[in-house]
Amino acid sequence: MIQYYFDWSVITRNAGALGEALLLGLGLAVVSLLIGSVIGLAAAYARLSGRKWLAWPVWAYVEFIRCMPLLLLIFFVYFGLPEFNISWFDKTESFVLTLSLYAGAYMSEVFRAGLGSIPKQYVEAAKAIGLRPWQRQRYVVLPVMFRITLPAISNNLISLFKDTSLAAAIAVPELTFVARRINADTFRVMEVWLSVSAMYLVTAYTIATLLRLVERRYASIR
Amino acid sequence: MSDQALLRATGVRKSFGSIEVLKGIDLTVRQGQVVSLIGASGSGKTTFLRCVNLLEEHDSGEILLDGDPIGYRVEGGKRRRLSEARVSAQRARIGMVFQQFNLFPHLTAEENVMLGLTKVLGRTRAEARDIAGQWLARVGLEARREHYPYQLSGGQQQRVAIARAVAMEPRLLLFDEVTSALDPELVAEVLGVMQQLAESGMTMLVVSHEMLFVRDVSHHVVFMDGGRVAQAGTPDQVFHHPESERLRSFLGRFHGMFGNAL
Amino acid sequence: MLDFSMTPGAFGFEAWQSRWSILSGVGVTMASSGLTIVFATILGILFGVALTYGWWWLRLVIRLYVDVMRGIPVLVLILFTYYGLALFGINVPAFWAGVIALSGFATAHIAETLRGAVQSVPQGQMEAGKAIGLRFAQRLRYVILPQAVRRMLPPWVNTCLEIVKGTTLLSVIGVVELLLASQQIMARNYLIVDFYLLATVLYLVINFTIAQIGGVLERRFSYLRY
Repeated sequence: MIQYYFDWSVITRNAGALGEALLLGLGLAVVSLLIGSVIGLAAAYARLSGRKWLAWPVWAYVEFIRCMPLLLLIFFVYFGLPEFNISWFDKTESFVLTLSLYAGAYMSEVFRAGLGSIPKQYVEAAKAIGLRPWQRQRYVVLPVMFRITLPAISNNLISLFKDTSLAAAIAVPELTFVARRINADTFRVMEVWLSVSAMYLVTAYTIATLLRLVERRYASIR
Repeated sequence: MSDQALLRATGVRKSFGSIEVLKGIDLTVRQGQVVSLIGASGSGKTTFLRCVNLLEEHDSGEILLDGDPIGYRVEGGKRRRLSEARVSAQRARIGMVFQQFNLFPHLTAEENVMLGLTKVLGRTRAEARDIAGQWLARVGLEARREHYPYQLSGGQQQRVAIARAVAMEPRLLLFDEVTSALDPELVAEVLGVMQQLAESGMTMLVVSHEMLFVRDVSHHVVFMDGGRVAQAGTPDQVFHHPESERLRSFLGRFHGMFGNAL
Repeated sequence: MLDFSMTPGAFGFEAWQSRWSILSGVGVTMASSGLTIVFATILGILFGVALTYGWWWLRLVIRLYVDVMRGIPVLVLILFTYYGLALFGINVPAFWAGVIALSGFATAHIAETLRGAVQSVPQGQMEAGKAIGLRFAQRLRYVILPQAVRRMLPPWVNTCLEIVKGTTLLSVIGVVELLLASQQIMARNYLIVDFYLLATVLYLVINFTIAQIGGVLERRFSYLRY
């Protein structure tokens, strides 16, 4: 085994680029989670609507996404859509589109479980004070569901953040892409990948901790 | 008390699948009256109450509130279901208190009371907060306005639930076994609030197993058995002159508990 | 798109021409998935048991391992393993670097799943096992694990699906599995949509099969209820 001498200057020299790349990944994950939540909520309601023609396509969408490798989806959207003369997007937008569709399927399962777990007595109490159907959803069901599903939402955000590493495959300059570039330029393998792993790790656990604080603020749901 | 019938039910029937739970209920509640429904579990009391507030739809017969049919309108001899908006508006005129309290877990005591006031009755938040404060004070929970349901005892939660229902100024207030889920030592505080409400002239339809309360507070008592009204009358008539063996044996169960108080 | 005729430039013809590349891609995908599933399941069970019943220092080490593995993207693990092993003069082919990295990741997930499943078995079962004189390993083997299997199965099947999907990442370090094989074919004939669709269908077939097997196993163990 060869002797390895650490030279951390490669990291300090590139600290700015790495930091920016990390923030880009985080931003991509947050935007995809937001869009994915909108898709997921609509899908969950469609699935629970009891109407076959609404529920069936949603089921197919969710199962399709769950069985599909994300990397294949990313390539398919990025290289495939221009074949249909759809090319108004750049690689970052293409990635956000893909990750949002991906997140939508997972979020719809989260929301479906959340909506299903709300005791029906809350809805009855809301009916009893005369709230209309959409008011019952808006003021009672959704707030309760949001609090119940917060841990699952937090897990999904962390997964999505880790998934942004795949954007490197279509040269979106996020953390993994920048790390590979520095690795290729300097071949300081250990320094680069240890730092990058630590950055992902710390960010993931920071997200988890922050959202756990939010959860605690909402501890009123038991 | 006037003779005006606030709620009039005639021939109300309701089945779940092949089981007929209500087999033609006739019942009248007048303005300012307290009417209690008693009977063994499974006799249909709760189902009837839920039909009045449209949490269940009755199959036939009619339930009139202030002369208007509940849940549908009659058009050319046929029943047409009302829109959800109209149904919601009807429900807002009838308050309901549940066995399991059903407070909204994500809202404080005050916000629980305010929700219907702002979203259904269109009050401003300031007005709603005032009203909520008054009613929470009436039920003795002024100091708990900011508490979430999980921070309150069962009896306190139930009193908030009552405040939530009364604050809407309903024409009629329904109580569905509101003390059954409470620890025995918490029952009195809830019954106390209900008694105050009754004395203030609120029209109430009460399903309860608290026989002393029923006897002392009700104007009219209805004994239900097997989905029918078996006997109805003043508390004195029902408790002291039971006409059927069923009612006698039903009341007999409570004699043991209260000595000869009934 | 999807012209099935057998003339050069049509999908049918090109697919037939490249049938061996595609099959070999499917083979590499299945081999890397299969090996990873086997390694990760064995290691995951060992780690999971250690995580539940181990000495405190062992639990601490494995907890650290599990949490680190779950906080780092698989792609980073794969790249790190690939470049890292080479750096230390351990010359393994990209395929094995990939399988090692994927196994490391999946082991963490299975260990955590096992811990949850084992803890869901009522406490009394362990005590009943003690009462009839079973040793620790026997209690695990004959009492606890058979009951944990049912709780284990759905998340284990999910992890298997994740592994199959994860093998696409091996394409990044040059392993010619199904995704890279398809891309190499596209590079020759420019039938981009067609061959991505073909790859999609093949992945769906593989993963649907796994999900079905999972469903059958779940029914097989459905007599376990508690």
